[in-house]
Order: sequence, then C-alpha cells, then structure tokens
Amino acid sequence: MSLQELDTRPAVTALRRKDLLGIADLSPEEIALVLDTAVAMKEVGSRPIKKVPALRGKTVVNLFFEPSTRTRTSFEIAEKRLSADTLSVAIGTSSVVKGETLADTALNLEAMSPDMIVLRHSSSGACHLLSRICRSAIVNAGDGTNEHPTQALLDALTIRERKGRLKGLKVAIVGDLLHSRVLRSNIHLLTKMGADVWVCGPPTLVPAEMKRFGVQVTSHVDEAVADADVVMLLRLQLERMEGAYFPSQREYFQVFGMTEARLRLAKPDVMIMHPGPMNRGVEIASEVADGPFSVILDQVANGVAVRMAVLYLLAGGAEHEEAA
Amino acid sequence: MPVVMDADRIGRSLARIAHEILERNKGIDDLALIGVRSRGVPLAKRLARHIKEITGDDVPTGSLDITLYRDDLMKHAVGPQPVVRRTEIPFSIDGRKILLVDDVLYTGRTTRAALDALIDFGRPKAIQLIVLVDRGHRELPIKADYVGKNLPTALDESVQVRLQEIDDRDEVVVEQGGAA
Repeated sequence: MSLQELDTRPAVTALRRKDLLGIADLSPEEIALVLDTAVAMKEVGSRPIKKVPALRGKTVVNLFFEPSTRTRTSFEIAEKRLSADTLSVAIGTSSVVKGETLADTALNLEAMSPDMIVLRHSSSGACHLLSRICRSAIVNAGDGTNEHPTQALLDALTIRERKGRLKGLKVAIVGDLLHSRVLRSNIHLLTKMGADVWVCGPPTLVPAEMKRFGVQVTSHVDEAVADADVVMLLRLQLERMEGAYFPSQREYFQVFGMTEARLRLAKPDVMIMHPGPMNRGVEIASEVADGPFSVILDQVANGVAVRMAVLYLLAGGAEHEEAA
Repeated sequence: MPVVMDADRIGRSLARIAHEILERNKGIDDLALIGVRSRGVPLAKRLARHIKEITGDDVPTGSLDITLYRDDLMKHAVGPQPVVRRTEIPFSIDGRKILLVDDVLYTGRTTRAALDALIDFGRPKAIQLIVLVDRGHRELPIKADYVGKNLPTALDESVQVRLQEIDDRDEVVVEQGGAA
C-alpha cells in the first residue's frame, strides 16, 4: 500500500460510543475505522520497543468469568503496548466463588475507578448489563452465545490483509453454529461489509433463526465450501452441549470435518481460519490446520492489533463534537 | 487569505534546504529523512529527490505518525480520538543522523512527540529538524535547524500548508481565526 492511499481520510474518524458490546451496533464505516487503525497498531508490534504512550494513566480491568488463553493474553498484550495499567481478575480466586453477583463484582471494581472493563462471561447480555450500570467503558470479550466482537474484527483484518477486501467474497463458516458467539459476530460483520456468507453444520446445531441474518444455510458442507474464498471452522463446543447433537466426534469429522480432499472444492487461494481452540481431527484435519492455506496463527497475531485499535478508539468516549 | 508561499517559492526553499543539509553534514553519509505525517512525508520525499539530483545518491526516507505520542491525547474527558496512521521506517535509525521533516513549526508539541516516537525506534547519532514554515509561538524549548520561511503570525491566525501530493496544489496561506 502506498503512503498516499493511507492518507485518504476514513469516512468516520471516531467511534462515538462508550462501549463495544457487539458488531451488531457498528456501522460499516466504524468497522472500517477499527480495521484501518489496527493496520497502524500492527506496526507498533514490529518495533524494537513495542510500546506507545497512548493510554498512559488509564486502568483496564480484564474480568474473565470463563477460561481463555488467547483472548485474555491478547487483550493484556494490547493494553500493555498502549501503556495502560492492567490487571486481570481470574475468577477461580475471586469473590465470585463466594457467591457475589456479576453486578456487585463490577460495581466493586468500578469503585476503584478503572477506565475500561474487558468482560468475558458465559451469559449472553452480561456486557449489556455492565454497560448500563458502569461508567467505565465495557469491551465485550465474549458473552455467552451472543457476540465476540474483537474476534470478528481480527478475522476481518486477516481476510482484508490477504484478499484486499471483504465485499463479494464467499465465506463459508462450518461447525457448531448453535453455540457460537464468534459466528454471530462474524455474520454481522461480514454481511455489513458485503461478503457472501454461507453457514453449515449438522441440522441439530443450526439455530432456527439463522436465515433471518441474510446468510445462506446448508447442511451440505461441499455446497458451502464450493468456490469459497474463505473457509472458517468453528469448534464443537462440547462443554456447552447437554444433549446428543450428533452421533460421535468421529462421525462429525467424516461428514463435516475439513480435509484436504474437501478443500479442493474451494478457490485455489482459499484461506482456512479457526478462532481456536482447535479440536484436531474433529472439525479440522491436522494437515489442513498446519497446511499452506491456514492463516490461523495470523489471526492470533492480528488479535493484538485489533484490540489495541478498539481500546484506543473507545478511550475517546461517546459524546463529543468533531475536531477541526 | 494571503498566499505567503506559492509553488515556486516552496520549490526554491526545498532546493536551498537540500544544499544546506549537504553543506552542514558534509555529504549524505548516515543521513535519513523522516517525514511527520501527513505533510512532512511528501516534503521529505521531495528533499530526497533534490539530494539525489545533487549527489546522485538515495537517502533512506520514512514516515512517522505521532498520534499515539500526543500530549493532549487523553486530556479531554471525552473527545474524538485522532486517526492513527502507519509509521513506516524501513531502516534502522541506530547511529544515523535523522532529518525530521514537518510542514509547520508552531508550539513545538508535535516535534516533542516526534522526538519521543523516534527514540523508541533506536538511538540515532543526531536528530535535525527541518520545517517549511516556522510561525513562532513556541511552548517548548525546540528550534528548527533548517527553515523554509520564518513567518511571524498572530495566535488567532492559522497557517495552512497545501502540497500537490495531498491537496492538489502547492501553497502556504495564512487564514484568520480557528486554531492551527
């Protein structure tokens, strides 16, 4: 990209909101702003001193009520690269095990005046609750089966880096559609940006309302993968499954697993994505996960840049006039 | 809206600065030009072209975005965050003499931010400051080494530098009212 291209002003120059609760609330222009800002943030990670003073003196609390390696580490690194003071509350050692409610935990943390709270919670809508009762900016790091907005943003950044655009690409998302917040955020983002989104999974794991989101729904994985520019695999969330949704993991792999043979149906320059953690030999074959089309580790690298962009943009706050 | 520098004047000033750079540094050994976004970047490239015309050699050129180093970034309780753009310095600055290029020198705060940003990239041998216009009113102890034009201004005036590469024409104008 030339310098001149980068000097064109984006359509919007600020996220005029206090919180990032989901992609559903964002306009295409705001999504583009986050992605453009992430491109600049990515460069910071390549410097000898990977730190800029932008969020100096800001306090960010990472409140994770569910296990997470990637997302929590990624947020922590992003916060530190922006010079914020950060702390992470691990729920196993917190007062939650003593029976404190989410609202009480949040209000107690808020009494110590953090500027931002990054929340991961097993209940959909947990971030919306905190958004209403907290002054701090709330960043959704995954709430139940609702949304995981920074994951969708980092996926979009990864696709845009490789393909130069999102509009018009065929993106096939295959896996456990029922339990996936990554899916919901990605559907919102990709349809807003004009991609052709196909979703595919066992009928027992396809939510009834899926078609309403403006995506193509199929149970035939070959149909979803055919001529796809991007194939995104979703993890079978066994920990959220109480019933019998499919006969066995082995059968799931036979019918829906992404193998090299199946991948040949896609475009020759297809990208393979997975938000992690992967179940190798269940939703994805190892040779595909580690193969030449896989961008799974690029996704992780881009996560830091996208989270830096989100934290930086939200630090501007919600109400203001356009600067000169 | 008086035009204080037209295209010819800007061109002559840059040509003169290119000669001054070579004279003061006795050649181009270890030199690199780094433009401060946005309008410092095309200015740095033009200086590199002038130096190449004189010496036949290329001077490495980069661009620096200082947004994340601004001292007013988090000062407003609520305010729009300035747009962050890419910094591109495709060479090591260690041991080099860095020629930092900006369009207007005013309070000195942008230069302060640029110095902090540069130091995070390494340890240059020296940093010299080049500006197209010095309009006075410094708030920090910062001084330019090469100046296209010294332009005494009132605080309520603003100085607009327009460059072909970004604004489709070359001119420097002084406008009444509004913060620069």
